[in-house]
Amino acid sequence: MAEMEHIIIESGEASQPFNYAVGLHGSKFFQELRDNRRILGTKCPACGKVFVPPRRVCGECFVEMNEFVEVGPGGTIGTFTILRYAFIDPETGEQKPVPYGYGFIRFDGADTLFQHYIDIDDEAKVKIGARVEPVFSEERKGTIKDILYFRITD
Amino acid sequence: MGKKRVAIVGTGQTYHKSHRPDVNGQELINEAVQRALTDAELTIGDIDAIVIGNMDHFEGINYVDCWSVDGSGGTMKPIIKLTTGGTTGSTLAIGGYHMVASGMFEKVLIIGWEKNSESDTTGAITTAFDPIWDRLVFAGAISGLAAEAQAYMAKYGATEIDGARVSVRDRKHACNNPHAQLRKEVTIEEVLESPMLADPIHLLDVCPRTDGACAVIMASEDVAETITGTPDWIWATANRHKYTYLGDVNWGELDSIAEASREIYAKVGIREPRKEIDVIELYQPYSFAGIIWIEDLGIVPRGKGAEYIHSGATDMGGELPVNPSGGVIACNPIGATGLIRCAEAALQVMGKAGDRQVPDVNLAISTGFGGCMWTDILLHGKEKPDF
Amino acid sequence: MDKAAIIGVGMTAVEANKATDTFADMAWEAVNKALEDAGMTLNDIDNIVTTSNDFWDGRTISCMAVSDASGARSKNVSCVEGDGAFGAFYGLTRVLSGSYGTTLVTAHSKGSESISSLITNAAFDPIYDRALGMDIITACALQANAYMSRTGTTAEQLARVSVKNHGNACQNPLAQLPMTLTVNDVLDSEMIADPLHKLDCSPVSDACCAVIIANEERAAGCREAPVWIKGAAFCSDAFFLGDRDLSRAPALTQAAKKAFDMAGIERPADDIDVVELYDAFTYQELMWLEAMGFCEDAQAGKKLENGEFDRNGTLPVNPSGGLLSGHPVIAAGLIRMAEIVKQLRGDAGACQIAGARRGVAHGANGLCGQSHCVWVLEK
Repeated sequence: MAEMEHIIIESGEASQPFNYAVGLHGSKFFQELRDNRRILGTKCPACGKVFVPPRRVCGECFVEMNEFVEVGPGGTIGTFTILRYAFIDPETGEQKPVPYGYGFIRFDGADTLFQHYIDIDDEAKVKIGARVEPVFSEERKGTIKDILYFRITD
Repeated sequence: MGKKRVAIVGTGQTYHKSHRPDVNGQELINEAVQRALTDAELTIGDIDAIVIGNMDHFEGINYVDCWSVDGSGGTMKPIIKLTTGGTTGSTLAIGGYHMVASGMFEKVLIIGWEKNSESDTTGAITTAFDPIWDRLVFAGAISGLAAEAQAYMAKYGATEIDGARVSVRDRKHACNNPHAQLRKEVTIEEVLESPMLADPIHLLDVCPRTDGACAVIMASEDVAETITGTPDWIWATANRHKYTYLGDVNWGELDSIAEASREIYAKVGIREPRKEIDVIELYQPYSFAGIIWIEDLGIVPRGKGAEYIHSGATDMGGELPVNPSGGVIACNPIGATGLIRCAEAALQVMGKAGDRQVPDVNLAISTGFGGCMWTDILLHGKEKPDF
Repeated sequence: MDKAAIIGVGMTAVEANKATDTFADMAWEAVNKALEDAGMTLNDIDNIVTTSNDFWDGRTISCMAVSDASGARSKNVSCVEGDGAFGAFYGLTRVLSGSYGTTLVTAHSKGSESISSLITNAAFDPIYDRALGMDIITACALQANAYMSRTGTTAEQLARVSVKNHGNACQNPLAQLPMTLTVNDVLDSEMIADPLHKLDCSPVSDACCAVIIANEERAAGCREAPVWIKGAAFCSDAFFLGDRDLSRAPALTQAAKKAFDMAGIERPADDIDVVELYDAFTYQELMWLEAMGFCEDAQAGKKLENGEFDRNGTLPVNPSGGLLSGHPVIAAGLIRMAEIVKQLRGDAGACQIAGARRGVAHGANGLCGQSHCVWVLEK
C-alpha cells in the first residue's frame, strides 16, 4: 500500500464582510472628531467617571450615560508596548508594518484609556506618564484613523 | 433531583504539538475523549451530556459543537457549547460542574480543544476585540500582555530578569510532563536573548501555538466514589469577565483574578492562601503574569511577586509549586488550555500526576485567562466538601 | 428537578436592520425590560449567562461586546454559543446547582451586519462539504424535500404555515413581518431553492431577548406570578447531512420525550395549551410538531389544514408569528420561551390564547435542526 499522505485542504482567502453598527454614542464621538477635531467622553451620573471611548452604559454602575464631556486633546501614556514581531493584520489581510508603538492614552479629563499608535521615533521618550497629543489626519472620515497617531510632547 | 456535589473522575489529553497534520479536529478531540474514558473506566454510553468548546475562528467552523459530534461521541446526546475566548477551557469546567451539580446529569464529559495550526492565531485573537475601537492597533494577545507588564514594571521596579525566571521555572517543570509541547529547559540568558516581540516580552517569555485537546469527566456524588477511589472534588468556582474595552483595564493589576479569588476564599473560609493552597495550575500566558498574578491571588503582598519567584517557592519542591505541568508557556492549545489547567489540578489531587506530582495535595487551584483580562477559577479538593 | 421559574422577560423588537443599535444597545434594552418585568434591579441578579455566536457577530469572543450592558462586570458570568434556548438551559443549571438564586440569560444577534449565506456556509465541514457552496437555505431545502417525499406533505400545506404565522404576527407589535397572505401568495413568491419559496423562509433579523430564571425561594420576590419550569431537555443528532435521515428529527423526539417525562405529561396534544417552536422554514413547523409527538407522523399538514394549529384551534402554534415573521438567530429560541411566558401569564396582548396554562417552547441549533432544546412551562 502506498505511504499515507497528510492531506491539507486550504480554504484560500475567506473573507466575511461586516457592517458594524457604531451606536449613537460612538457616532457622536466620530462626528466630533471628524468635523471639529475634538475628543468626547461620556460621564457616568452615578460614579462621575469619564469614559473614552464613549459608550451608553457605565459597566460599574449599570447606569445609562448621556452626558458628553470634552477631554484632551492632550494626555499621557497610561501604558504601552512596542510591537516588533511581524504579523498579518486581519482587517487588511496584509502584514502589519513593524515596529510600531501601541499606546493606551489617558486623555486629560478621562478616566479610561484610549488605544492608538504612538510615534516611536525616539524610543527613549516612550514612557508611562509621558505627555502626548494626537496628530489628526487632514482628511477625516469619521473613523479611528482620523487620528493618525499620538506624538510625544515631553 | 437536587443539588449535588461534583467530582472529577477521569481526565485525558492529547500529546500536544505545534502541528497535528495527521488528524482533523474531530480525531484530535476523540483522542482526548478516549483517554478520559479509559482513565475513568467508562464508556461513551455512560456519558449523559457533553460540554464542549474552542474559539471558533481558529478553526473557521461555525456551530462547531454540532460539527464535532463524531469526535466527541455526542450523537443523540445533549451537547452544549460554551466559549469565552482564552477562558474557554475553564469556562467549560465550570459549565460541566453546574450541569452535574444541578442534578440534571450524572456524568458529564467536558471537552476543550484547538487546532491553532489551522489558522492565523494573531488574526483570530485580534478579531476578538471591538472592531471599531480596539482592532486598529491591537496585535493579538501579546500586545495587551506587554502593556500589562510595562505598567507593572513602572510601578514596582520588576525587570526582564524577573520575568525570565518564571519562564525558566515553567520550562523546567514541563520536562516532567509527557503531554507538554515544549520539553526543553531554557536559561535566563536564553530568554533575554530571544527575539523581542513587544517590549518587554521576548519570544521565550510567551506561550507557543499548539494543537491539542483535553477531556475531563465530572460525576455527581451519587456515583463518583464508585467510579474512582480518588475523586477530585470541585469545592468552588468563581469568575470575573470584567472589561469590555481594552482601555478600561486596570493595567498592572489583574482585577479579575483578585475578585474571583476573594470570592472563592470567602466562600470556603480560606484565610491564608499561601499556606492553605498546595498547588496552583495558573493559566499564565506569559512570564510576567507569574509575578503579577500571584500577588492578585493574595499569595504574596503587592510588589513582592518577583522576590517570591526568585526564592524558589513556586518551583517543584518549594512551598507552593506553580505550574508543575509546565503551564501555558510550554503548551497552549487555546480552547483546551484552561481545561488542561483543570485536568492537571485534578491529577495533582488524585495523585496521578506521575513525575510532576506535588506531594500531599489537599487543595489545588486551576485558573483560566483570556478576553479582556478575564479570569475563571476552580478550587479542587481531595476531601469531599461538606457544603 | 427542584422548582425553578422564569420570573422576568424582556426583548427588543425584531427588525430587519437595527442600524443605530450595537449589540450592547440591544442587550441594555432587553435586560432592563426583563429586570423591570421581574420587579428587580441588577443587585437581585446572582449571575449571568449570555448567548451569542462568533460567526454571526464577526467577533471571536462575541460575548465581550455585551458584558457591561448585561451587568456582568462584577458578577459570575458565562457564555453559551448556540440558540438562546440552550443558553437558558445552562442558566437553569446554575440555579439548580445551588450556586446562584437567580440567573439572567440573554441572547442576541444582528443578522443585518453580515452576509448570512457566508455565515451559515461556515457551518459546513471544511473538508468535504463547504466547497459545494451550500448554506442553511439550500440545506433545509434538501430536508424539506425529504420530509415531503416521505410524508406526502404538500407545498400547499407548507404555504399554509406561512399564511398562519405571518397572519398571527399582525397581532404582535414586536414582529418584523406581519402580513396577510393567501396560499397562492406563498406559492407564487420567488422560488429560492426547491421546494422553498421566499415566503416559506424566515428572514434574517436583529434582536435581543433576556429572561430571568430563579429558584423557588427567589421566585417568591418577583413582581408577577412565576412561570414554573416543569421540564427542559436537549439533544443533538449526527452532523453530516448524509449521516442522518433528514426526513425525521429523532434528536427532537428524544429531547421532547425527556422534557415531557420530567413534566409528567403523557399526551402532549391534550395537555399543552400553546406551542412556540422554531419555524425557520414552513416545513419545520410541521416536522417538529410530529417529532415532538403533538400529532402522528405525517399528519401535521392535514391538521393544519383543519385549523387545529390556528389561534382558535385545539393547539395554537406560534401565535406570536414565529420565526417566519422575524428570525434573529441565537435570540430565536429564547424569544420562543419569552412568548410562552407571556402567554401563560395572560400578558400576550392581542396574541393571547385564552386560558393558556401549560406551554412548550422550542429552540434549535445547527444545520437542518441537528440539535434541539425543549422547554415545558406551566403557570
